[in-house]
Amino acid sequence: MQAAGSSFKSRAGAALADATLKSAIDRTAGNAETKRAAAVGEFPQFDEARKLGRRIKDHVIVHLEHYLIEFERNALRSGAKVHWARTSEEASRIVVEICRSAGAKRVTRSKSMLGEEIGLPHALEAAGIERVETDLAEHIVQLAGETPSHIVWPAMHKTREQVASLFNEKHASPPASESIPDLVHSARQDLRQKFLTADVGISGANFLIADTGAVCTVTNEGNAELTTTPPRIHIVTAGIEKLVPSIDHAFALLRLLVRSATGGDFTQYTTFHCGPKRPGDADGPEEFHIVLVDNGRTRMLAEGLAAMLRCIRCGACMNHCVVYRQIGGHAYGATYPGPMGSVLTPAIDGLANSRDLPNACTLNGKCAEVCPVEIPLPTLLRGWRDRSWKEGLEPLTVRTGIGIWAYFARHPFFYRLATAVAVHWMRLFRKGGWIAWMPLAGGWTQHRDFPAPQRATFIAAYKAMRKGAPNDNGT
Amino acid sequence: MTSTDTIAQPTIERPRVGLFVTCLVDVVRPSIGFAAVKLLEASGCDVVVPAGQTCCGQPAYNSGDRADARAIAVQTIEAFDGCDYVVAPSGSCAGMLKSHYPRLFEDEPAAQARAHAFAGRVHELVSFLVDVRGWREIPPELQTGQPMRITYHDSCSGLRELGIKDQPRQLLTSINGLELVEMADSEICCGFGGTFSVKFPDISNAMVEKKTDNIAATEPLLVLAGDLGCLMNMAGKLSRQGRPIAARHVAEVLAGETTTPALLAPTDPARRD
Repeated sequence: MQAAGSSFKSRAGAALADATLKSAIDRTAGNAETKRAAAVGEFPQFDEARKLGRRIKDHVIVHLEHYLIEFERNALRSGAKVHWARTSEEASRIVVEICRSAGAKRVTRSKSMLGEEIGLPHALEAAGIERVETDLAEHIVQLAGETPSHIVWPAMHKTREQVASLFNEKHASPPASESIPDLVHSARQDLRQKFLTADVGISGANFLIADTGAVCTVTNEGNAELTTTPPRIHIVTAGIEKLVPSIDHAFALLRLLVRSATGGDFTQYTTFHCGPKRPGDADGPEEFHIVLVDNGRTRMLAEGLAAMLRCIRCGACMNHCVVYRQIGGHAYGATYPGPMGSVLTPAIDGLANSRDLPNACTLNGKCAEVCPVEIPLPTLLRGWRDRSWKEGLEPLTVRTGIGIWAYFARHPFFYRLATAVAVHWMRLFRKGGWIAWMPLAGGWTQHRDFPAPQRATFIAAYKAMRKGAPNDNGT
Repeated sequence: MTSTDTIAQPTIERPRVGLFVTCLVDVVRPSIGFAAVKLLEASGCDVVVPAGQTCCGQPAYNSGDRADARAIAVQTIEAFDGCDYVVAPSGSCAGMLKSHYPRLFEDEPAAQARAHAFAGRVHELVSFLVDVRGWREIPPELQTGQPMRITYHDSCSGLRELGIKDQPRQLLTSINGLELVEMADSEICCGFGGTFSVKFPDISNAMVEKKTDNIAATEPLLVLAGDLGCLMNMAGKLSRQGRPIAARHVAEVLAGETTTPALLAPTDPARRD
């Protein structure tokens, strides 16, 4: 999805140089961080709720097969059609086929990261089907010809001022001002007619309810309801990890999801879609399709990444990630950015294409601290680093550097000699207590000074001091 | 337990503490190691510095090189045989020894049991003084009475792996003449992250710039932290920016060892080593 040949570092570098991007991210993510803290503060049982959320997800993951079959049975009973897709290509093909056989010219889509993951926007375009994104932020992203930069706020990278100029350029009824109500009004004018004339509505799912076969979506704009109700056909695309045993379990997780994502107590719209329109129903789609997508999930289960399947896509890890906050979502070059994305992307796109991502982390642990389902994100990122090392994907410079260092670290006698030499050598470059430049240290000294070592190593100085002391213990 | 035991314990027990110096303190700022020895001895411990130690192994472990990390872990565990406690003036290294060594041996039950037993004896210096040695304040003999306005950065590993938050503040605020001013976002990573700082220098730089702005906003004389890695990053940036804010390891201030020059941008260009 990024320009061919662009690397994580070059994208990150470009993002770091973009002051507008930085302020856009800080506004939204900073706000989300503050609101989440307040919401968690007002919810004294948050820790217990987290433990419960984690248990629910872990239970489903262990019994995935059971719940998938139960979900399919109940969904069929409700009149839905259930499709299974192993890969992103299969999933997109199924959706496009349904649209084609219905003769669909225009589809509306409510925000779904799974849709992005399987490349649905591109597949629809390739099939010549008009795609209308109905989530306000996705609408912005579509108008700008971009991809989402955040899983909850797809247009987080844009300031209000940038959105206003985009709407001025692209909307038939441009906004009267840069105020948020005027921007929303302008988008509503643009979208409303399209909602009512779409042939197919496509949504994702926040939860798949196994014991009823229902699909739960949550939004704050009501666009999911307008996307899925008027058209003749509703297609749901959902990752198989979205399963929960019952509606009660969905609510237990919703308490965590909403607080962690936006800091609200609850979303404006929480809708359970169960089957197509029945005789006597006032509205609803005539056909209701559910596409269950694996796309690497069962492989993650087999490869020690089961904990990642707990993820409920709240985005708290990225809002609180110092790296994400500096570089934004696009620098990650993948569907899912931030800490959760750096765990998922190697599983979805292959480690060889994304080995920088698990490395671009200080392992500070803030993401795991805020994760509502206690995913040990730093541990999982380190797991990818282990694999990258084992599979020989780390560059030779890193392997050589670590190799030489490790040789000395494993031989204390030689280590003492090497550190003594290092201290003397580094001191050659000191000026006023600092080293502003020395060979092989450019990674450090291009941005900061390095403190000049004191006269000798601690071990040497301590040994000298203790020489002849009665209780010297061999140091 | 009888009442005699309860009373007798603190006077009889003079634990043997192995100081895990950490590779950065060893090479860059030994004065932190000496401050740690002074604090440990003042808290009634016998301090030994085993010669078999080098580094905790994080550069290998966090780069995915588990074989070297395991070998270094085995070596470190052996080096500290016979110590009642293993104490490090670093939350990051103590966290490695305590939380991560056992994870290195998931396929080797015997080695893992040994790593667990070792981990149970490992502590970060300041939390050891408060949580194990029962310090609630800095004893008068270590007090210098020197006025200081400081701010304190919570290093991530210490904070999140070992729960170090109140202990340094409790001891610092017991120092006469010391004024602690909290900076904004003291719990946010400074951008060091070990090899991260040199693998992704530009991202790391953006992070430390934000940190030094937050530090400067409190107008401190001194910024303190419990990890030399973070301090080198923050102080190195302050120095490059020419901001006249000094940096020290928290152990230096707690031990009253402030005669060694702090990490500080040179104000007088004529002053040279």
